[in-house]
Amino acid sequence: MEIKVLGPGCAKCTEAEKLMRAAVDEAGVAATIEKISDFQQIAKHGVFSTPAVIIDGQVKCVGKVPSIKEALDWVRQ
Amino acid sequence: MQPITPIQQHNQGSGPQPEPALPTLLKVKYTLIGLAGVGLWFALYRQLHAMAEYLVFSLLGMKAGSHLGEAVLFFFYDTPKVLMLLTLIVFAVGVLRSFFTPERTRKILAGKRESVGNVLAALLGIVTPFCSCSAVPLFIGFVTAGVPLGVTFSFLISAPMVNEVALVLLYGLLGWKVAAIYLSTGLLIAIFAGWTIGRLKMEDSIEDWVRELDGNAANIPDQNLTWVERFGHGKTAVRDIVGKVWIYVVAGIAVGAGIHGFVPEGFMASIMGKDVWWSVPTAVLIGIPMYSNAAGIVPVVQALLGKGAALGTVLAFMMSVIALSFPEMVILRKVLKPRLIAVFIGVVGAGIMLVGYLFNIII
Repeated sequence: MEIKVLGPGCAKCTEAEKLMRAAVDEAGVAATIEKISDFQQIAKHGVFSTPAVIIDGQVKCVGKVPSIKEALDWVRQ
Repeated sequence: MQPITPIQQHNQGSGPQPEPALPTLLKVKYTLIGLAGVGLWFALYRQLHAMAEYLVFSLLGMKAGSHLGEAVLFFFYDTPKVLMLLTLIVFAVGVLRSFFTPERTRKILAGKRESVGNVLAALLGIVTPFCSCSAVPLFIGFVTAGVPLGVTFSFLISAPMVNEVALVLLYGLLGWKVAAIYLSTGLLIAIFAGWTIGRLKMEDSIEDWVRELDGNAANIPDQNLTWVERFGHGKTAVRDIVGKVWIYVVAGIAVGAGIHGFVPEGFMASIMGKDVWWSVPTAVLIGIPMYSNAAGIVPVVQALLGKGAALGTVLAFMMSVIALSFPEMVILRKVLKPRLIAVFIGVVGAGIMLVGYLFNIII
């Protein structure tokens, strides 16, 4: 599973990345987590409100830190 | 730039199914809890002054009318008052914002003509939730979706300037008239500054890589929130915002209370009074490198006003601190060429100065 967390690097973006790591650990799935903070890269993903989470090319959420429950649902699928 | 069609479509289907409606009993329960909460809030709010007097004069044994007694009363009355107002309004705005997303706002603005678009953008700037560090991705999203440059700027100016924390503090510490003046002039500046930037036709001052992007928006699941979730948004807003700014509010009011006692009346009149013509531009210039949130600046503003500073000058200072910030310019430089940043500062700064002079003349 390929997880991307998009955000320029404010507190919320860091929180979103931490949360996705926690979810992956808890679910015990194999996943790579990549933090994307370059504006050009963020725009190329078609995202314009951050933080955003993309899993295997599918945008899961934008503009907010997901809840741990949501995050677990996504990584367990 | 052409409006892109895919964003018009991404809302249907694909999203998670809306949750089943709440059972009626649960709905009744939540409504009752909500009503009881609001009732309790009002009951408590109305008793604040009496409670503060009891605490300061009876329990602490201070003398009514004495300098120290009045300063301490001021602190113990204003602090809970402002914090309670802040909690209620931030909660309400949090719920209101759950109806808006940057994606929806972008879609609304994408097809709009300039003048109407500027007004709409300034209003949407107040209610659209976005984290301040999202300003650049948002700018890219708007521009690539065909939102006119000037309309995009109206949004970006209004969003930080007109915010609920500033309004609550102005209302709580300086009264509803000052809050209303701030709200309306803030909106007007956002509308006219954006409109002016649009007239200047500076699309070529957007960095080239932004203009080369296609406006494809990702397929984003649409949220269909229940009321319980919307109230959850309100609660999160209170936790995030009040949890962050309360310390500034308390510190600011404490400083304000102190200034009441120690700085002589009329001290500020000689430098920030209405007869000093250079005070407005100076206030704006000093405000640009200063970066503070509304919570930190309003108590200072209140103290300045109390010591003879003119309202227009003080409003200009506050707007400049909140709306024009150096860190924001540095971030915007990633998508804007220096010429456009200079124009942005110039136009917004001029608008703020105009407001400053206007209020120094009429009040």
